[in-house]
Amino acid sequence: MIHLIVDSLSKRYGTRQVLSDLSFEAHAGRVLVITGPNGIGKSTLLRCLAGLERLSGGKASWLEKGVEWDAAAKRRRLGFLSPEMILYEELTGLENLRFFARLRGLPPDERVLRALLERVGLDGRREDPVGNYSSGMQQRLKWAFALQGEPQALVLDEPGITLDSDGFQLSGELVYESRERGTIVIVATNDTREIELGDGRVILG
Amino acid sequence: METPPPGTAAVSGWLGQAWAVLHKDLLTEIRVAAASTAVGMFALVTLAVVSYAVGSAPLDPVVEASLLWIVLFFSSSVGLSRTFVKEEETKTAIALRLTASPSVVLGGKLAFNCVLMLLLAILLVPLFLILMAVPVRSPLLFLVVLTVGLIGLAGGSTIIAAIIAKAKVKAPLFGALIFPVLMPLLLLLVQSTTHTFEGSSWSQVSSYLLGLVGFAGAMITVSFLLFDVVWES
Repeated sequence: MIHLIVDSLSKRYGTRQVLSDLSFEAHAGRVLVITGPNGIGKSTLLRCLAGLERLSGGKASWLEKGVEWDAAAKRRRLGFLSPEMILYEELTGLENLRFFARLRGLPPDERVLRALLERVGLDGRREDPVGNYSSGMQQRLKWAFALQGEPQALVLDEPGITLDSDGFQLSGELVYESRERGTIVIVATNDTREIELGDGRVILG
Repeated sequence: METPPPGTAAVSGWLGQAWAVLHKDLLTEIRVAAASTAVGMFALVTLAVVSYAVGSAPLDPVVEASLLWIVLFFSSSVGLSRTFVKEEETKTAIALRLTASPSVVLGGKLAFNCVLMLLLAILLVPLFLILMAVPVRSPLLFLVVLTVGLIGLAGGSTIIAAIIAKAKVKAPLFGALIFPVLMPLLLLLVQSTTHTFEGSSWSQVSSYLLGLVGFAGAMITVSFLLFDVVWES
């Protein structure tokens, strides 16, 4: 079972303190929603949890059977989705997933990749360059990227952004499916529909 | 020790992952041709200007060697930084950081820059030798010096590109850092290439060659040691 402990986490850029002395926990099979006004540090917090930022103080530990994940474990077991992240526009959707599967050390099983694309509604456009995708389609591909390898932790920054109503519904379903599978899901959002997905909430600011 | 999750029997090793980065960069470059076009055009224009300016005047071998490495160095400076700068500018670096170990990224990017340098040399060096009417009296030795020199240039350029990729003013910073870092390598390259033009033997060039191999090796080793901090900061 996976368990997240955030203890006195602080993040500072130069003299600007973004996050200060933040502590909370999250557990397997639960959805934790992070809310707060714009610019308060929700995205920064998520980057810290995903290991994309060095902490200025405190600790964020992903624990599995009491053992903390190292960087390699995070790369394989943590799914991440953010508006700040872009996938390769020169590659097709399928090529993107194939590339990241190889980097994660997952078997490059085309059926698995295609099933993932089908789940997010992109199988019909799998051979198109991502640069030709609409913003909503790119968001669906980011969802497929985040779900690769059935991660035990999902860190999602505004997962429903740019999605149409069907896509938004799909985003909610994927959050619930992940929760049912025992994944820790962390969602940063101010959208009331996404806030309702949460089993718990951390309010910043 | 980390145990692989179930269903990952075909876990690829470090080489396979670095190859994936190289393959992705090659595929992207074939489709967009951003770096290769910039490097190729700069090389051809520089070579045309140099050969026009020099004309049919006979040159000292050391001048010929200097001109060759000046053209190669400045041409590589134009394109080799793209490999990391593009990842940061297009925001694809985040997905790369999330999925690949730093050494895999560096290995793949270094290999890509080596391929780019090799293609540049295949295009440029024969043209340079023909247009400038340079006789290469020790051709095998010349090829060895050229190969080690290209690897050294690619190694130095790759780590400097990684360092400047997040800076706001990238090109001037790249120029300011790359020149002092690669200066010793360039001096060794000019000296050893001069010897190959003059027809020196292996024993006469061995000390330069050792210096070149040592510098390129040290550059790449230091790159791998530093890259974790550079990539994750």
